[in-house]
Formats: sequence, structure tokens, C-alpha cells
Amino acid sequence: MRNLRLALPVAGSALLVVVAACGATGTAAAPDGPAPATQAQTHAMPTQSAAGQGSPTQDGSPAQKGGQTDSVAIRNFAFAPAMVTVPVGTTITWTNDDQDAHTVSATGGAFKSAALNNGDTFRFTFSKPGRYDYLCSIHPFMTATVVVTP
Amino acid sequence: MTRRQLLRHTAWFGSAVVLTVAGGEVVSHVADQPVPAAAADPTALRFVQVSDSHLGFTGPANTAVEESFGDAIAQINALPYEPAFVMHTGDLTHLSTAAQFDQVKQMMHGLRTGQVLTVPGEHDSVDDAGQKYRAAFGAGTRGDGWYSFDTRGVHFIALVNTLSLEKLGHLGTEQLDFVRQDVAGLSSDTPIVVFSHIPLFAMYPAWGWGTDDAVRALGYLRRFSSVTCLNGHVHQLFTKTEGNVTFHSATTTAYPLPQPGRAPAPTPVTLPAGKLRDALGIREVSYRAGTRALAIKDRTLT
Repeated sequence: MRNLRLALPVAGSALLVVVAACGATGTAAAPDGPAPATQAQTHAMPTQSAAGQGSPTQDGSPAQKGGQTDSVAIRNFAFAPAMVTVPVGTTITWTNDDQDAHTVSATGGAFKSAALNNGDTFRFTFSKPGRYDYLCSIHPFMTATVVVTP
Repeated sequence: MTRRQLLRHTAWFGSAVVLTVAGGEVVSHVADQPVPAAAADPTALRFVQVSDSHLGFTGPANTAVEESFGDAIAQINALPYEPAFVMHTGDLTHLSTAAQFDQVKQMMHGLRTGQVLTVPGEHDSVDDAGQKYRAAFGAGTRGDGWYSFDTRGVHFIALVNTLSLEKLGHLGTEQLDFVRQDVAGLSSDTPIVVFSHIPLFAMYPAWGWGTDDAVRALGYLRRFSSVTCLNGHVHQLFTKTEGNVTFHSATTTAYPLPQPGRAPAPTPVTLPAGKLRDALGIREVSYRAGTRALAIKDRTLT
């Protein structure tokens, strides 16, 4: 049922932008299925009873060898920066600075975080070049892109 | 929300709805129709809507959402009548965890009502397309969790518009077919009430406050003389009439959100101490046979 959305005139308009953007680039599209890459997630507030002022914490694990680590903030219902270009092998860390929960979910399925509460982080290492469009599955109007260069 | 804010809000959208306020109670009705005197009629249909309880939310906008929801339940149980049903229009949980579903289900078991009904919000289907939601609340529903039922001459339709990765809410072809077939045999003077989490009208699309294919569902309801759509998601009261359809957005039991466009993003609003309860509330709905409109009473949390 959900795949039929493209046929709907209004629903299609938002998605077509993404599809067109994917197709327009000369580089490889984001890989389908499970990606040969690593992802990790940390929770600043492991219990629900914790006070609502968790501070962002990293999980301390080293970045992928030979790569560089970049950061994307989730703030005011937006990914900042909304467009990131990194070399292959880079690990990107997303940190949720909002009170509300968000996810980091690749449109093509390459990566998908669980719900990130305030202060939680999500890390993903990009081992394949390409363009990765992603969004927050709770607030799908929040969209952004990672471009991974060879 | 104050009466002044409500009026300003309504003026901004230009809807023809009259709002009256008395003692923390907001009564809204379409301008050319009298409010049915259902409260005095023992045969009237009466039910309650609550919404957006976000069990598991821990931010400063409300550090005790479970307590607020408990207070809303107590307020419903203290009504001078037992509602035919209580409908929760979604975002029961904040993060769709099994523990949060268990907790909200247990709390709603304490409601004094004939039946507890729900539709899912996007927070109830964060990472599993609604599987945990349906395990907890999906008994007897169809498709991804939609259903319909009849009570006292009113036809109710409960829709699911939070499961797709679209900018806006989305119903989908299968559910639209369900709506079309569901109302096909009904007389056009049957009052219709539609529940959904995300509004079925374009309240503020930039924040995702609308449903991209709702116009098709509403098209199937165009021949009915009275259609009332009750939604949550926006955490504030709002009413609008388009043709035969009146839309009523409900407030939340958890925390307020900004008015459309009045903030950079729909981020939870932290109110000054003591002001939170005025932004939270429950909604009483009544209908008396033979009248056209439903009476909606929005009450702040006491």
C-alpha cells in the first residue's frame, strides 16, 4: 500500500523531489538493503525517570580508521547542517538537542536510528560513496542529505 | 489558551465559528446553528475526546506528563454522566516503547466509560509502522488499525494517518477504499464523526499539520449533511468549517505547541509556572437525535 503513494498527485510532489534528486546525481545512489557500515547509538538518559536535562554524551568508541568524524545537530526541528559532504569512511554523529524526540532515517534504508530523546546520539559510518537523503520519521518534514565522496 | 487567543486564532484562519467561554469551558459551534441542548437530554449521546498524552516525555514543558494524564482521567471520571466512550486521538506514548504502551493502557483501564477507543499518533509508531500500537490497541480493527462503528444513530470512523514517511499525514489507497465502502450504504442524513490524529484539513502544512490525501476521504463524505472531524496532533484548540464539514483540533494532556507560524518550529512550549494546566484539557462531545450539529465543550484541566 505504501508504495502506491507515488501515484497520488499531492503525496507524490514531495517525494518526487527526493527521487529526482537521487537520480540526477552522477554518483552512485545510496545502497539498498543492509549497508556494509557500522551504526551505533547512545542514550544520554537511559531511564525514563531521569530528569529532562540530559547532556549530550559520546559513547567514547573511536571513529573508523582513516575516516573523519562529522557532527550534525538536531535542533528546532531541523538537521543542521542540512547538507553534509564527507569522504568515504567518515563517521557522522547526530545529536538531538530538542526536547522532542527525533529519528535519523535514511530514505533508501541505509541507516535508521531508534527514537532519540534529548541528548541522545546516533553514529553511522559511511563506507560507500553516494547520496543519502534522510529524514526524521516522527516529523517527516525534517529532511537533510549526506553526500559521500569516493 | 485564552478566549482572546482563541478568537485571534480563529480570525487568522477566517472560520465562521462562534466561541463562548464560561468558567474555563470553551463551547464552539457553527455560527448559524444553535448549540444542541444535549446536556439536559438523558437520551443524548455523550462521549469524551482526549489527546496527545505523550507518556514518557521528560522535557521542561511538562516534567510530569503521567500525572497530567492521570488528572485528565480523574476529571473524566468526575463528570456527572458516564460517557458512551472515551476516544484518545493519538500520541498516547512519546517513544512507542512497550513500557509506555503498558502504562497508558493500564491508566486508561481506570476510565469510567463504556469503551476506550484510540487512533495512533506518529509517536505511537516511531520505528515499527504501528506494530506495537496494534498489539496494544488494534483488536477488532482493520488494515493498519482503522475501523468504524455506529452509536445512537451516529456513524463514527476512526482513521490512521501517521504511518507513512511523508511530510504530511497520509491515509493511502487501501484506507480510502475502506472509507468509500464504509459509508456507501448510509443515508445522507446520518451524522458522521471522523477521528484522526493529524488534522484532515490544512492547518499548517509547513509543520506537517495536514493530511495529503484527506480531500479524497472528505469527497466520499460530501453528500452527508453533517460531518464532524475530531483530531489531535497540534496540541491546541482550533475549529474550522469547510462546507458540510466542521473540524475541531483538540488540545493535549501533556504540553502545548506554538500557534502555527508563531515560532521557528513546532517545539514544545514551556509556560510560566502555574500556567500549564490552562493549556491542557479534555473535550466533551454530545449529540441529540434530530439535531444537525454536535456540541463540543473543551474544558481545561482542573
